[in-house]
Amino acid sequence: MKASASLTLDAIDRRLLNDFQRDFPLCPQPFAAIGKQLGISEAQVLQRLKRLMQAGAISRIGPVLQPQRVGASTLAAMAVPPERLESVAALVNSFREVNHNYERLHPFNLWFVLTASDETRIQEILQEIQQRTGLPVLDLPMIESYHIDLGFPLW
Amino acid sequence: MRAEEETALIRAIQQGLPLEPRPYAALAKRLGWPEAQVIEGIQRLREQGTIKRFGVVVRHQELGYRANAMVVWAIPEERVAELGRQMGRLPFVTLCYRRPPRPPHWPYNLFTMIHGRDREAVLAQVEEIRQRCQLKDIDHAVLFSGRRFRQRGACYDP
Repeated sequence: MKASASLTLDAIDRRLLNDFQRDFPLCPQPFAAIGKQLGISEAQVLQRLKRLMQAGAISRIGPVLQPQRVGASTLAAMAVPPERLESVAALVNSFREVNHNYERLHPFNLWFVLTASDETRIQEILQEIQQRTGLPVLDLPMIESYHIDLGFPLW
Repeated sequence: MRAEEETALIRAIQQGLPLEPRPYAALAKRLGWPEAQVIEGIQRLREQGTIKRFGVVVRHQELGYRANAMVVWAIPEERVAELGRQMGRLPFVTLCYRRPPRPPHWPYNLFTMIHGRDREAVLAQVEEIRQRCQLKDIDHAVLFSGRRFRQRGACYDP
């Protein structure tokens, strides 16, 4: 889902996007609680969030999980000949365990994140991608995280 | 919380809250739990660090942050932790991970993610990191993003 260039944001939209990235209210009616802070109704909060989600500005309201605390995951990279990039990307996307898959402007031009219930399944998928494409895959699991995700200050 | 309950709760919330007045009650109904158990469970997962943060997850590109780069560094192994912690504190660094180098083609062992309104802004921030952390002699590469083939929350399938 792509936002049109015409996505206009007023002061309330900006606060909805910026102020609730980490401490989202954990109470039975969180959208009413947000409305109270912003001086608008619960229905207006929901309506604005729906619009921002439809426009693609919000991907979800939910958890950002600590990698490797749940299941197994890795970052993988491939150097794909440019004329094969789309078909290899589609093959990678055929695995439901792939949650991010990006082109990057570098000889290693295809980058994807795999999450699965365990390491065995991760290795199976990497093997299968290597066999079906005939291209090597770099397996780059996280060893340590040095960043505490506090959200991203937009304004 | 028992491990199975933890897993069930994570599965229920990972793709996001439904946009309705009582979202936790809606999730509770799906799980067959009382609403309070869902709220307390999320609280617990946050406290124990399984959930790093809980809230609005924005898409930077749609909000005018058109450029994002993965900047990778080949740091001597004995200095990775120190430099990683230093870089991870900079406000424009949104991820900072240590990963294994894969020589000979991939010598890099520290990965940072940097978002900016355009490429020039990102490159200026890379330069700032190099100066602040004294990395002039460290090999690095800046990988700007191209097409997005998929972006969504993780799907764990226990």
